[in-house]
Amino acid sequence: MPEIIHVSVNGIAVAVESGTTVAAAVLQCGISSFRRSVTGEPRGPLCGMGICFECRVTVDRLAHAKSCQTLCTPGMEITTDE
Amino acid sequence: MSSPRWDIVVVGGGPAGIAAAVRAAETGASVLLVDDNPSLGGQIWRGAEDNSSLRVARSWRERLKRSPAQVLRGFRIFDQPVPGVLLAESAESVREIPHSRLIICTGGRECFLPFPGWTLPNVMGAGGLEAMVKSGVPVAGKSVVVAGTGPLLLPVAAYLRKRGARVRLIAEQASRAAMLRFATAFASQPQKGVQAIGLMWQLVGVPYRLGCWPVEAKGAGKVRAVVLQQGGRRFEVECDYLACGFHLVPNTELAALLGCELRDGAVWVDDAQQTSVPNVYCAGEPTGIGGVDLALVEGQIAALAATDKPREAQQLHQLRARHRAFAAALQRAFALREELRKLPCPDTLLCRCEDVTFHRVAKCQSWREAKLHTRCGMGPCQGRVCGAAVEFLLRWNIESVRPPLFEVRVESIAIELTVGPTPQVSQGAEG
Ligand SMILES: Cc1cc2nc3c(=O)[nH]c(=O)nc-3n(C[C@H](O)[C@H](O)[C@H](O)COP(=O)(O)OP(=O)(O)OC[C@H]3O[C@@H](n4cnc5c(N)ncnc54)[C@H](O)[C@@H]3O)c2cc1C
Ligand code: FES
Repeated sequence: MPEIIHVSVNGIAVAVESGTTVAAAVLQCGISSFRRSVTGEPRGPLCGMGICFECRVTVDRLAHAKSCQTLCTPGMEITTDE
Repeated sequence: MSSPRWDIVVVGGGPAGIAAAVRAAETGASVLLVDDNPSLGGQIWRGAEDNSSLRVARSWRERLKRSPAQVLRGFRIFDQPVPGVLLAESAESVREIPHSRLIICTGGRECFLPFPGWTLPNVMGAGGLEAMVKSGVPVAGKSVVVAGTGPLLLPVAAYLRKRGARVRLIAEQASRAAMLRFATAFASQPQKGVQAIGLMWQLVGVPYRLGCWPVEAKGAGKVRAVVLQQGGRRFEVECDYLACGFHLVPNTELAALLGCELRDGAVWVDDAQQTSVPNVYCAGEPTGIGGVDLALVEGQIAALAATDKPREAQQLHQLRARHRAFAAALQRAFALREELRKLPCPDTLLCRCEDVTFHRVAKCQSWREAKLHTRCGMGPCQGRVCGAAVEFLLRWNIESVRPPLFEVRVESIAIELTVGPTPQVSQGAEG
């Protein structure tokens, strides 16, 4: 049985299985817009493997974390759309 | 404190890198395997509990565990300040990695082509969506269209379906004629034919169209539907996700940074998988897209050659030749059709990092000029997405790579080296 860990996405508590990436946690909340592009368009993950940088979010107040390559850890605070 | 100088450093922990690290460490060499992900396995074996290559993956992983090779996860190589020393950055720190010989196994990435709406959220790569689902994205009950080209589309569709997605359509741009010719290549690889039949079986009931490609993604805030073209006809399919990739391109940036010669967008290697730079070897997708079987053989040959075991390496040459022939047939079958050069409209964004339109880039004469005048390819992805598209769409040559290979923290660039360059390694012969 995978362990369940709790994180928050935009202030809302979410339970995910350990091994879940931050990107997956965000999508699990039904959020598709991860960040705003330089002209303000909503964007979400494209490559799923760390090369496109479209999946960037703020993790524990650290901006521009690539959510597809970051694993959720207990208590993590994730903010999208900044 | 200065770091130990490794006999062999392998960059990239996919099939090629794992095979290389195992074979090199088993000869008694000191080996470090570096990968930038939280877990090893590369694009195909990572988090793959229910993958068809499960048994092969497990046996290589176990062999790696038993071997004395050391593994460094979550570290990305971003520079070579002096020959024989690489710099790697993790989320927290930076390390220098001195070595005598290097095996580059940096894999490949999906090729993306811009079309109207491709920047909408929930339009992802085909392998991209698969990777996301493997890492926890639920797709049960979601409508998905899988489109683009390449051998990846079918396994991706089968995987998504297994996870409960409603795969509405698989659209492959290659023509029926090209696919029939390709089928004859299976004759020499019966095992792959069986795998293909197995996949088709898992996809019974899913519409599969050849000579069909996406021309527009529609939606507000996220994708709602995709418009596809087949022959002269256009039609729309509703979807929650569009999984769209146009086959793979080699990750050649690290090799290029080290001065290795590239040919036709791939790293040139000799029979021993050695690049044009002495003591730098390369295996797997960077030498040309060839799939997991070829990656495994090339990784082993590179390791045996780099640990001065030319005879053992030679025993694998025949197997490599067979997989290379198959890879060549694959490249021909899934070659991008001319019509795709017309996919972007003038105002379609080409560079997603800097939001530069196709029109602004196409007005320029070269990649260099486009970078200078439009900032295309100057954002955080450093042209990894738009570069491959531009090579196809505008037939430009995407030249030179500059360090750092990825955006890094300021302190990583400012690191003071504690070790010097590697002294010239003698090319010892076996036995
Ligand atoms: C998104 C995607 C999905 C795929 N899905 C399938 C599939 O379902 N079925 C199938 O048969 N094939 C699939 N493939 C193809 C398959 O992955 C390859 O054929 C196979 O993995 C090749 O192995 P490799 O070792 O050459 O490269 P990879 O498996 O790509 O491994 C390369 C590794 O190197 C790492 N790396 C790259 N640069 C650096 C650096 N600078 N520093 C540190 N680490 C680095 C990468 O993160 C990666 O982990 C997929 C490919 C992609 C790109
Ligand atoms: S989805 Fe491309 S970097 Fe994360």
